[in-house]
Amino acid sequence: MRTTSSTILEERRDQIHRTGEGAIDIACNRESLAGAVSQRACVFCGSRVVLYPIADALHLVHGPIGCAVYTWDIRGSLSSGPELHRLSFSTDLQETDVIFGGEKKLAAALDELIDRHSPKAAFVYSTCIVGLIGDDLEAVCRKMTEKKGIPVLPVMSEGFKGNKRAGYLAACKAMFRLIGKGDTADISPVSINILGDFNLAGEIWIIREYFERMGVEVVANITGDGRVADIARCHGAALNLVQCSGATLDLAKMMQEEFGTPFKRVSYLGIEDMADSLYQVADFFKDMDPGIVERTQALVREELGKLMPELARYRRDLEGKKVAMYVGGSFKAFSLVKAFRHLGMKVVVVGSQTGTKEDYAELAEITDPGTVIIDDANPLELSHFIKEKDVDVFVGGVKERPIAYKLGVGFCDHNHERKEALEGFRGMLNFAREIHSSAMSPVWQFAPRRANRANLAKEARKEAANE
Amino acid sequence: MSKVKTARPNFVSTTNACKLCTPLGASLAFRGVEGAIPFLHGSQGCATYMRRYIISHFREPVDIASSALGEKNAIYGGGPNLKKGILNVMKKYEPKLIGVATTCLTETIGDDVPMYFGEFYKEFGDLDLPELVRVSTPSYNGTHMDGWHGAVRSMVEQLCLEKAPATGRVNILPSLVSCEDVRHLRDICDHFGIEATILPDISETLDGPALEDYVKIPEGGTPIGDIKTMSGSRATIEFGRCLPAKSGGASLEERFGIPNHRLGLPMGLRESDRFFETLEDISGKAMPRRYELERGRLVDAYVDGHKYIFGKRAVVYGEEDLVVGLCAFLSEIGVDVVLAGTGARNKGLEKAIAKVTDGVARIAPEVREAVDFHDIAAEAGELAPDLLVGHSKGYRYAKAWNVPLVRVGFPIHDRFGGQRTLTLGYKGTQALFDRVVNAVIEKKQADSPIGYGYI
Repeated sequence: MRTTSSTILEERRDQIHRTGEGAIDIACNRESLAGAVSQRACVFCGSRVVLYPIADALHLVHGPIGCAVYTWDIRGSLSSGPELHRLSFSTDLQETDVIFGGEKKLAAALDELIDRHSPKAAFVYSTCIVGLIGDDLEAVCRKMTEKKGIPVLPVMSEGFKGNKRAGYLAACKAMFRLIGKGDTADISPVSINILGDFNLAGEIWIIREYFERMGVEVVANITGDGRVADIARCHGAALNLVQCSGATLDLAKMMQEEFGTPFKRVSYLGIEDMADSLYQVADFFKDMDPGIVERTQALVREELGKLMPELARYRRDLEGKKVAMYVGGSFKAFSLVKAFRHLGMKVVVVGSQTGTKEDYAELAEITDPGTVIIDDANPLELSHFIKEKDVDVFVGGVKERPIAYKLGVGFCDHNHERKEALEGFRGMLNFAREIHSSAMSPVWQFAPRRANRANLAKEARKEAANE
Repeated sequence: MSKVKTARPNFVSTTNACKLCTPLGASLAFRGVEGAIPFLHGSQGCATYMRRYIISHFREPVDIASSALGEKNAIYGGGPNLKKGILNVMKKYEPKLIGVATTCLTETIGDDVPMYFGEFYKEFGDLDLPELVRVSTPSYNGTHMDGWHGAVRSMVEQLCLEKAPATGRVNILPSLVSCEDVRHLRDICDHFGIEATILPDISETLDGPALEDYVKIPEGGTPIGDIKTMSGSRATIEFGRCLPAKSGGASLEERFGIPNHRLGLPMGLRESDRFFETLEDISGKAMPRRYELERGRLVDAYVDGHKYIFGKRAVVYGEEDLVVGLCAFLSEIGVDVVLAGTGARNKGLEKAIAKVTDGVARIAPEVREAVDFHDIAAEAGELAPDLLVGHSKGYRYAKAWNVPLVRVGFPIHDRFGGQRTLTLGYKGTQALFDRVVNAVIEKKQADSPIGYGYI
């Protein structure tokens, strides 16, 4: 079966590639096509999701109510202390504000909210409308910083000024203004910052524990379970670990330039990538701390010893099943492709909202021939490829869930709303368990697409027997 | 402390809003029309956010298209993207109707959608075009309910253009109620022998069956042909005591002389009675026995359950007309509504509540328009409620105060089956009554060290 013309719009053909069919030259990082029903959000969304887990900061959305309300506690990012991030603040702009400007209202809102909550810093997000009416966020924030004695930082995230990636950059720029302000005197030379982890379902606590066992000090979580004071002194760390590269690589680069902090790209998903990330850190510090490599090996050995027998049980059921995935950032996809191999499963469709050319080239490298690689997809394309490849499990976020379910396909939420920790070795087990319960439920035999197929097979057998 | 009761003199910021934005309401309403796809004229994020929000409640695919405007479009106008987007949606979805709602972005840059439609018809008139309906929904003005009612009125005004021959049908504009509610309304009409045009009808489009394939646009929804002939109906019933003067029903009355019966949402015995009486009047038929029985059972249940709930104090919040309906119901069963709040403003909520609770409420609730959850919480602490009634977003407050939350309305993000929650008519009131009583009993059991097995 090949793609029909009505499913894939002509202008989107160069955003889809099949592994093994010629050199990959996928078009990406372009604006979503009008009328294509993209799964993507906007610039504002990009910065909002990156900064959201900084738990002791005030996050004020300057705009009409929608932008704030749709991002109210949007991620399950947990905090070990304050929970200011879980509230939804907005200037709730009204028509008169749009006509006469919203600066006064913004200043008054900041005044009120900072007094009420005593945050350690305030992020002020710009939305589409603010970009149009030209409120001077910078000036309002500057004045408020002086008045309140805390950093009040504008986030230039007008929804229409690019795609989600532009929002990541805006977030990094805002955070970068905090860095360099704190005292770094007592930071260990064997120390890191964790960038691009959002502490979904408490994942960062799993990862921090690994580093503690290795003898590495974690200075700042950026941004899951984040604190303003930690970010202010994070330039004192010896190394930055960047997981979600789309979200925070820009910050790592800024820190390298300004403070000379080196960075490494890591992933905490799946067995190899988790272990490899720990080994990279051990390797980096081995001259300073000769025992670290051994401690890390012991840690990995211990964790795998617990994990592997349990994984084997799930693998028996899952062997040979097929997977499609559509994720926000493609770096996560690399890890998932490998993680699924441990379960005996094969990824046959993989797509992302914000992948780069390099990302897609790497995906083409690590996936099997025939795998569909797709940039900035939409429901019709996704459902088309799920059917074409006859997948058993689809990995995505809330928007993708009903697409899978309508087609009678198992689904795993591996997006920012997940409530189960999927990172680390323990997370790999949760992941296996979730995939297992998604793929093995008896309900699929009642879903029409499968039920009908089973009926057809039965008929065919009957006919064959009669002949 | 003296300032607590005054209506927000220092209104400047919103914390945990008790409303959604206008284009969301319009998108939901468009989803209830056969072969329709909602289309937001604005930047890509709006459509994606709203899809995610709606999907979490309905657990159904919700495809909303967008003109995906970028920076250049914001400067030079969004017309080209709007037209291109419509063409792309036509190609991929083959819709019968595209419902275009504006956003804050396109309203502010002054995009003239009627003009773009005109140009579009001129340029592409040779194609087999779907119906195009537009509604102005700047998100800095009003709430999602304004978007909903605006979309309904726009559909009526832009599709129903001339007086149709008498069809004998009855138009029902049900407001934002659950899929199950719409199904129940249709059953009621069937049993009265009334052919109803329910606009919009989300009963299938947002609560569809498992299927063989991913359908581009789900089956069901109000047939466009029926919308076009609403002018030939014998009457309109529209639900809402806080509706704008310019509603879909008012438009049909004004232009075609279709009698418009504006009723409250049929929640509770008395508001349901009004609805059934209206159906009796319109159809000339007595109430079918099954509804007499439903009503009788409801009164019986009211009596059986009254002691568990009399004098309990409830905080009610949500869409303005849902709040009115809930107040009507709760007052009848002896629950004191101590606070009734909505994020909407200038809806005449206080008057509407006074009217529907007249003769049954022991106290008049504090009524608050334009509130958020921060305001509700500020007052509710002193009001010491026993339960909360409203959508899922009140959960964190119910948890903090250790009182049950009876989930009603939209969105239900933290429970299963929000789209199947029945609240209308005697049967819906019965379901709601059982839930309220059981919530109170459950709390009593949970708090009791004894654990009574008979309650």
